[in-house]
Formats: sequence, structure tokens, C-alpha cells
Amino acid sequence: MTEQPETVFRVRGVSKRFALPRQAPWLPRRFVAAVEGVSFEVLRGESLGIVGESGSGKTTLLKLLLGLEKPDAGELRYLGRSLRREVQVVFQDPVSALDPRLSVADIILEPLRVMGLREPRESRLHELLQAVGLPRAASGRYPHEFSGGQRQRIAIARALAPRPRVLLADEPVSALDVSVRAQVLNLLLDLRRDFDLTLLLVSHDLGVVRHLCQRLLVMQSGRVVEAGETPRVFAAPTQPYTQVLLAAIPTLSQRRTA
Amino acid sequence: MGVSAATEAVVRVSDLSVRVGTVEAVHSVGFELAAGRRTGLIGESGSGKTLTALAVMGLLPDGLSARGRAVYREQDLLALSEGELCRLRGDRLGMIFQEPLSALNPVQKIGEQVAEPLRLHRGLGARESLARARELLERVQIPGAVEKLAQYPHQLSGGQRQRAMIAMAISCSPELLIADEPTTALDVTVQAEVLRLLDRLVDEEGATLLLITHDLPVVAGLCDRVLVMYGGHLIEEGAVGEVFDSPRHPYTLALLESIPSLDQELPGGRFQAIPGAVPGLGQFPSGCPFRNRCPRATEICATMPVLEGEGHRAACWHPVS
Amino acid sequence: MSSEVIGLTEPGLEPAWRRRSGLNPSLLAGGILVGAVILAALVSYVWTPFDPTHVVVSDRFQPPGQGGHLLGSDALGRDVASQIMAGARNTLLVGIVTVAIALLIGVPLGGVAALYRGWAEELVMRFSDLVLAFPALLLAFLFAAVFHASTLTAMGAIGIAFVPVFARVVRGAGLQVMEQDYVTAARTFGSSALGIFFRHLLPNVASVMIVQATIAFAIAILAEAALSYLGLGTPPPTPSWGRMLSDSQNYLAQSSTLALWPGLSIALSVLGFNLLGDGLRDLLDPKLVQRIPPQ
Repeated sequence: MTEQPETVFRVRGVSKRFALPRQAPWLPRRFVAAVEGVSFEVLRGESLGIVGESGSGKTTLLKLLLGLEKPDAGELRYLGRSLRREVQVVFQDPVSALDPRLSVADIILEPLRVMGLREPRESRLHELLQAVGLPRAASGRYPHEFSGGQRQRIAIARALAPRPRVLLADEPVSALDVSVRAQVLNLLLDLRRDFDLTLLLVSHDLGVVRHLCQRLLVMQSGRVVEAGETPRVFAAPTQPYTQVLLAAIPTLSQRRTA
Repeated sequence: MGVSAATEAVVRVSDLSVRVGTVEAVHSVGFELAAGRRTGLIGESGSGKTLTALAVMGLLPDGLSARGRAVYREQDLLALSEGELCRLRGDRLGMIFQEPLSALNPVQKIGEQVAEPLRLHRGLGARESLARARELLERVQIPGAVEKLAQYPHQLSGGQRQRAMIAMAISCSPELLIADEPTTALDVTVQAEVLRLLDRLVDEEGATLLLITHDLPVVAGLCDRVLVMYGGHLIEEGAVGEVFDSPRHPYTLALLESIPSLDQELPGGRFQAIPGAVPGLGQFPSGCPFRNRCPRATEICATMPVLEGEGHRAACWHPVS
Repeated sequence: MSSEVIGLTEPGLEPAWRRRSGLNPSLLAGGILVGAVILAALVSYVWTPFDPTHVVVSDRFQPPGQGGHLLGSDALGRDVASQIMAGARNTLLVGIVTVAIALLIGVPLGGVAALYRGWAEELVMRFSDLVLAFPALLLAFLFAAVFHASTLTAMGAIGIAFVPVFARVVRGAGLQVMEQDYVTAARTFGSSALGIFFRHLLPNVASVMIVQATIAFAIAILAEAALSYLGLGTPPPTPSWGRMLSDSQNYLAQSSTLALWPGLSIALSVLGFNLLGDGLRDLLDPKLVQRIPPQ
């Protein structure tokens, strides 16, 4: 196969800064750079991990990709037909992700309603519930009736509703109980395969990124400090920060030497 | 018990139950914290791990009640009056919480807060206690300790706040230190630093540590004994090496397997999942709380098994061999 | 596909109103008092003991129980009980219209502030400060001077005085809603500001608004009574509790109970709406829901 991989997102020299509250009206406004000179590309069908700690700019980058923020400098392009329809997101907090006043059916079908997509709603709803492993009976219920893992499944079903080509996941399992994380991660693996999704995973959990992403970007203070194939970065990190980050992860095999 | 006979127990908890309203959330839990040892208490949400620790400290919120015994130096902590407990807490018993921002008083300077236990329990004056507070902040390696004394909690970073809370907890050289998810809210690199600090301080103080967490690798790196709780029951306990290398309870095994390895591929290309969800309070099955998610469960599991074994104990009818 | 068996029942997470077994006492007491006012107003349309505006000079100052007058009669021989019943209509009308005015102006203002932030929010908040700083009584005088004092000018003045209260409540609760991930998700698939306002913001601030509306209702009743007492509200002959109170003041020597009935009516209905507001707050506000399920 000599087919050139198709680019989905092209990000070139993108910067975004935010104004700090003025100390006094006569003092000049000060800014803090959230993302600075970031460049990368996302290829069709790949899964890319964005790793960084708080303040690294990974959440701002996610908002830029979603079109919720506009870059101050640089070029950020989605090369598909429609960003709104083809790029969907799953958030970290399964409580805040779902409107408590809406039924599961209303939540999952909301994108279709907003986008005015004509589709047999009932059958699509059942397809989506099945895809995320929830029973049909879930559709008439409300978010508070579900556990964290189940809520995250509902949020994933909503993201899948408009048949996206790219799924952005912002720390999708960090807020879940340890014993249910693997279920949601396996679901993401399955969905990627079944729906041919491009996956962008923002996470601080390197163990998750290691097994879910083929490529990863390491961010620190708004910049991409290291990028590469996941196995390579894990085996031989070239940047000091990546080395520190990898060394900091507690593992089961590191035992206390009493 | 499995702890060597030479080490005495600092705290001996027996038959401890905690009720939330009329629902029993912790079911007659018993364990010992041997002097100078570090014990990790592992559990997910609803496991009862935090309630157990709060009950021992006499810090259960209104509406919750504890039954049983928690003996510290011949005194039953559960039977002490609030005044007697206050004299112990912050002095002989130190506590570190998960969220330092809510555990610290936002309108009081860091120096005053760190100095407070010294004034209360050691009767030190303002000058003396503040000087000690400065030493403590230096000991927990907060950069610029002198300036930090006069600052408020919001002016510190998350890691610095957690260090300040550790400084407060160790200010009177407590015999027992209980840390509830002390690094869960922190970034990985900061977590690593705080854990190293905690490790060193516990050693220097010769304190007994009870570390409550859902994070198994953290326990592996910091503790020498481990207690595993699920659904309000203590289901396994033993030395870290024994429990982590050859777990006997299927839940412990499943938890360990669900942690993705950093240097090996996933078996079969999939994460090792535990079926089902953690039930809500009062929704766990009768008998063994894990039986509705357990691959080994049979009819007999409807009766709760007792903790069995020497040193390494597990409460399971069909233990992993 | 994942094939885990998923249970759906977790009563620990049931909403407060489903978990509460007994009726909350302030809700019950408030409901009974408010229900009595509504009942009196409704019945007065079809039946009152006497015509509330019928003047019988020979029947002046009848004590309660005399001549068929259950609560006595006033200086013009009108039946007090009938006036109280008919006055309930006026009271409810005032409450409904003022709260409606405040809601219709205040909610969109608060919504705009929460949705758009920035200068729009600044404008709304400064406008709120301005109205709050302006004495409501002065506004009522102004309206009465320009438009001729009537129930309508009183309602307008009280309603406008309440606008900032609702604008602030909706903004405050709305800002919290806007920070939720479900709003961010709605923005990613292209929901308009108006869509987010009606779909997410309004339903989620409704409970706070209902509570605020009941309390505003109580204050509005009191304010209208005060304005009518000062002659800035409901003009005669329409029965109004506030004016009954002010009229009775001149004849305290002839009949000491005359002031009692409208005063009691005002006090009890204000109490009723306040209790109802408190009860609804306990029922609807998730922040006050106790975490522990009582069983």
C-alpha cells in the first residue's frame, strides 16, 4: 500500500493566551500563555495521546481543536467536511457531562436534534445504546439512576450519535472507580475499531495512553516537548521532562525497600 | 496475628461497624497497626475505607455512628469524649486529607495554622511556635519557607499546600499518622515528590502510618502491609509482597490485573475488566459483597466467609491458590 | 461489544423528592394557608355572604356575628367577611402580576448575563445595582404621579423593584450551569445560545426561580398592602386588604376588631407564601439535599 495517510487536523504554530484579571484599572493587562507555538498533525484512523500535567495546556488545546476557542496565532484546520458534526468529545466528569433534567434518550439524541439530522430516531437510539453496552430500558431513565461508568457510556453514546469521524476524549476514565475503568477503556478500543474512529486521548495516565494510543505528544507549559510513536517514547524518551514523567509513575513492581 | 510478636500494636481495631443512617456501611472490621509499620488501606468508592479511618479518629460526620473498639494505648478511641479525643488528635494522632484546599482554613496564614497544634498541645508561645513552624516548612521542603509563613493557602500551589498539611500533621511528632488519599489530587510528578517526602518523614519520626488510597501502586511503593476493603468488609490483608504477588481474594486479583502494565503489551490486546459496577451504599449483595461480580462465586458465597490464614488472610470461600 | 450485565437500580442515587417519605411541615402549612387564600378568591367570584361593595349606612359598625355579618361590618355598613374574600382576588392578582413582570424582565436579563458574560453581564449587573439602589417607594410615587394611582401602577412599581432579584438569581445559578460539561458538549455540536438557554439553563435554574418567586409573591402582597394603605395602590371601591386596613384606622374607637381582619389576612397569607417557599426550597434545591438516605 502506498496510500498516503490522510490528515484530519493540521496544527501549525498555534498559540493561545488568556488575560489575567487586571490588578488595577491603570495597570496594563497581563497575559498567561496557555498554548505556545504548538504544531502537529492528526492522521485519519490513528489514535493520538496528549499527555501533560495541570497547566500544560492540554485542555486549552482540546478546546482549540473543538473550535470552542480561537487561536491567537498560527493555523489550526480541520480538513474534513464539518467540524461540528464529525468531531465529538467525551469529558472527564460523568456527573457534569449529562444534564440532570433530561432523559437518557433526550441526552443521546440531542446532537441529532440540534444539527437537524433526519434519521429514524428510535432505531438510532437503540443502535447507540447497544454500541455502548447499555440496555434499551435505559432510554427513559435519568442520569442520577446510573453509576459513573454507565454515565460515561451515555456520554460516549451521545458523542457517537452524529456518526463522528474523530472522537476527542478528555481524561475519560480518571473519575471512575478503578474496577470499572478497564470496561470503558475496552469500549473505546471496540468503538475505534467498529466505527473506524480517529481517537484523540487527553490524559495524565500514561498507563492508559500506553495501550490506547499509537502516537503521543508530551506537553509541558503550553509546548509540545516530545512527540513520537508510543513504544519508542516509553522505551527511549529523549527529553528530560518525559523521563521525569515516566519515572514518576508509581508501579506495582516498585516496592518499598525497608 | 501475622505481625511478629516483638512489635506491639499501636492501634488495635476490633469488630468496628459504621452505620450511615440505618444502613451499615462498614461491617465489623478488625485489624492491627503494628508500631513503626506502614499499612495501606485499599478500596474503591463505597468500600468503607474512609469511614473506617474517620471512625478511628472520632471524626464521623453527624448521622453516622460507629460501634466496636479501636484501642490506642489502653484507651478505646470510640469510647473517648470529644475533649479527650481533641487532646489526642493533632498530637499523638496526625491526619492528612485528600484536598488540602478544603482542609486548610482559607483566611488564616500558613504559619499560624502549622503552629496551631504546637500551641494547643505543647503550650508553646506565639514566637516559639512560629519559629518551629518555619523549621517544619523547611523540613517538608517548601521553597521560601519564611515568606510562606505569612501567606494564605490560596497563594500556595497544590503540592505546597499538601506539604503544609503534612507539616501540620507531623508538628507534634504523632505516633500514628493517617493519610487519606494524600496525593490523589496532585499531578504525577508532584505526587512522586510528596510520596518521597512522606516516606522520609515517617522514617525519621518512627511513626506508624495508615495510608488510605484506591491506588495500588502507591501502596506498593510506600507500605509494607496492606488491607483490602470492598463493600464495607475487610476481605484481604497481609504483607505487601504476599498480597500483591499472590493475592488470595478474587477481587484483589482482579484489581491488580486491571492495572495496565507500562512495559508489557495487554494480554489479548484488551484491558482486564471487572464486570459490573460498584454498587451504591446498601446495595451490595448479602454475604460476600463481591459475589455478583466474581467469576468464582457459588451458592455458598451468600454467606460471608471469615478472614482466614496466618499473616496473609483472606475472606473467600474459593480463594485464588 | 462489551457484554457486561448492567444493573440499573441504585436507590442511593434517587432524587430527594422520591426518598422523602413524610411531608415537610413548612410545605404543608404553607400549602394550606396559600390554598385557603386561593379558595377564598375563587369562591368570591360565585358567592359572598353579602355584596362586598354594597353600602348599607344603617348597618354601620356591626360587631362580628351581628346581623349576619360573620366578621362584622365597616364604617359604610359593608360586610367585612365578603370584603376579605373579594380582597383575596386583588391580593393574588397583585402577586401574580408583579412576579410575572419581574420574571419576564429579570430572567432574560440574568440569562443574557450568564450566557454571554463580558460587557453584557457587566451592563445587567450595573442596571441591577441601579434599580436596587432606587427606593421602590419612590418608584411607586413616581408611577402614581405620572399615571394616576391604581393597582396597575402599584404592581408595575413592585414588579420592577423585583427585576434585579430575579436577574441576579438566574445569573448566579446560570453561571454554574454554564460551567457544566453538558453545556460545553452542547456547544461543540452547535447549540445556539438560545437553544442552551431553553434546553439546559432554564430547566436547571427553575427550582431556584420557583423558590424565589414564592418569596417575592409574599413580599409583593405586603408591598401592595402598604401602597394601598398610603393611597398609592388599589383605588376604591375595589376591595383591598391594604385599604381596608387604612380605612379602619380612622374608626379604631368605634370598632377595634375592624383592623384585625385585614391585618390577619395579610399576615397569614404572607406567612403562607414564605413557608411554601421554604418548603419548596427543601424539596427542590439539590444543594440542600442530605446525602444520607433516611430509611
